[in-house]
Amino acid sequence: MMVKSSERHQVPGQQAVEKKGWIGAHKWLILRRMVQLGILALFLAGPLLGVWIVKGNMASSLTLEVLPLSDPYVMLQGLMAGHFPTTEGLIGVAIVLVFYALVGGRVYCSWVCPVNIVTDAAAWVRRKLGIKVSSQFSRSSRYWLLGLTLVLPLITGAIVWELFNPVSLMFRGIIFGMGWAWMVILAIFVFDIFVSQRGWCGHLCPVGAFYSLLGQKSLVRVSAYNREQCDDCNDCFVVCPEPKVIRPALKGADRGIGPLIDEGNCTNCGRCIDVCDEDVFKFSSRFKG
Amino acid sequence: MSDKQKRGLSVSSEGEKAEHKAVLSRRKFMGDTLKTACGTALLGLGMGTYSRQASSFPAWTIRPPGALPEDEFLGACIRCGLCVRDCPYDMLRLAELGEQVALGTPYFVAREKPCEMCEDIPCAAACPTNALSHELKKIEDARMGLAVLIDQEECIAFQGLRCEVCFNVCPVQGEAITIEMHHNRRSGKHAMFIPVVHSDACTGCGKCEKACILEEAAIKVLPIHLAKGLLGTHYRLGWEQKDKAGKSLVKPDIEHQYNLPEGVRYDYNQGGLEVPPEAKLEHDTPFSSNPLDSLKKLQNQENK
Repeated sequence: MMVKSSERHQVPGQQAVEKKGWIGAHKWLILRRMVQLGILALFLAGPLLGVWIVKGNMASSLTLEVLPLSDPYVMLQGLMAGHFPTTEGLIGVAIVLVFYALVGGRVYCSWVCPVNIVTDAAAWVRRKLGIKVSSQFSRSSRYWLLGLTLVLPLITGAIVWELFNPVSLMFRGIIFGMGWAWMVILAIFVFDIFVSQRGWCGHLCPVGAFYSLLGQKSLVRVSAYNREQCDDCNDCFVVCPEPKVIRPALKGADRGIGPLIDEGNCTNCGRCIDVCDEDVFKFSSRFKG
Repeated sequence: MSDKQKRGLSVSSEGEKAEHKAVLSRRKFMGDTLKTACGTALLGLGMGTYSRQASSFPAWTIRPPGALPEDEFLGACIRCGLCVRDCPYDMLRLAELGEQVALGTPYFVAREKPCEMCEDIPCAAACPTNALSHELKKIEDARMGLAVLIDQEECIAFQGLRCEVCFNVCPVQGEAITIEMHHNRRSGKHAMFIPVVHSDACTGCGKCEKACILEEAAIKVLPIHLAKGLLGTHYRLGWEQKDKAGKSLVKPDIEHQYNLPEGVRYDYNQGGLEVPPEAKLEHDTPFSSNPLDSLKKLQNQENK
């Protein structure tokens, strides 16, 4: 039975649930939430239970007293302020750089960042409430912000963005204490629901912008390998936090564009794979296409 | 002329239509870019200004040992909290949103939990950016702040009472804080045991402030720039220069001539009045019990 696409929009992935079962249609989402919460749990096990597996936070951490990991974005801001990290800090940066360059920069956004849980929830609420109005501003705003956060340390000599950054604010807040940080998180939630669709992660966040540049040529990619099967239900576009990245791969066959979603801003969240009842998408690699 | 023609946009042929579309999209692009650029610049101005305000580190908070000077610290600290985690005494914390300290940076409050001055300085060793400098090898060289006996009205040592708690808890004992005895003018016969902080040894750990027995500590660790004065660089202290040169660099003072009995002299270098045994004195002391004698003597000398 054909369902009009406008009706199907109300509940994207409904067909997939009917066909693949609820678990099957939420496989990557569940996995993603487990990873996001698991990382938080690893950081929290120390202060809450006294089990010290990971120390620090996303800015810099030490796992099992041997593995240093450091956020290249915040280190770059420090560098712009004129401060060079220690050898351990540099090793941590190198490991993180290589990892995200391989698996996709914005994997950080969808698989690690806790703000993603908030903005995904906001997007869900927005769909449930059927809110269509959205303040229009460019998705490239985040690159302007990224530039700004790198120029400000150069001028002021201080890592200015870390006085505001909601991403580190939330992560550090959960591990070290929130203070009034929950207000910022609430603000982003409300902003994403009522002001701008995918406003924070998809338009403004310079952290995501940084990681999108890092993952431009990553190996792990979603592929619309089965794109002939697409029945234009639009569900993938509705759930995708960066819908622009899908079109070339899904609809570009006539123009000779391969099925690989080859875009730095694809977060490799895998929701398109979940919600597609025709199994058009799968995780693939740059070499397989 | 239609409205569009007035704006330089006529719609006649297909080719021109496409051109107009390009013009319009170029206009839109430039408008959008300008909008974003202006927005970004405004935001930058706001954030930059706020960061200046947020960098005013309050005086009652102390950075961990080895911390760079505050303005450099804010460019180096990435707010990871590894120092907090590696402090075995759990006295460091990261500033939360709404606190007066720059967001996410580590600090401690001496009156709550002072620094225990671990020999291996684990907090600084954990720092991945040298915001807590790894060049600090000996904790005694740390200068987190400077203790100041700031309230000499309330400190009970100044009431002539024995306390010396700050002196006794000081980890750099006998060097950072010493006890100096002063005359107790209230009782006239007792000593006051006054604690004195020495900046060449005080690490600013805050143990004295924590231990002060008053409701509000009379001795407090302050940022060094608030606690210390600085002598103008043009100052030369005469006695130091004299030691350095081995002799006085200026013409020696003309010795003051006291009006003293014959054979008696006055030693300026702390010796005071010197009465050699061979001095022929009219009385046991160089001074007569009758003050008029001195006056008479003076008159006699003048008459001579």
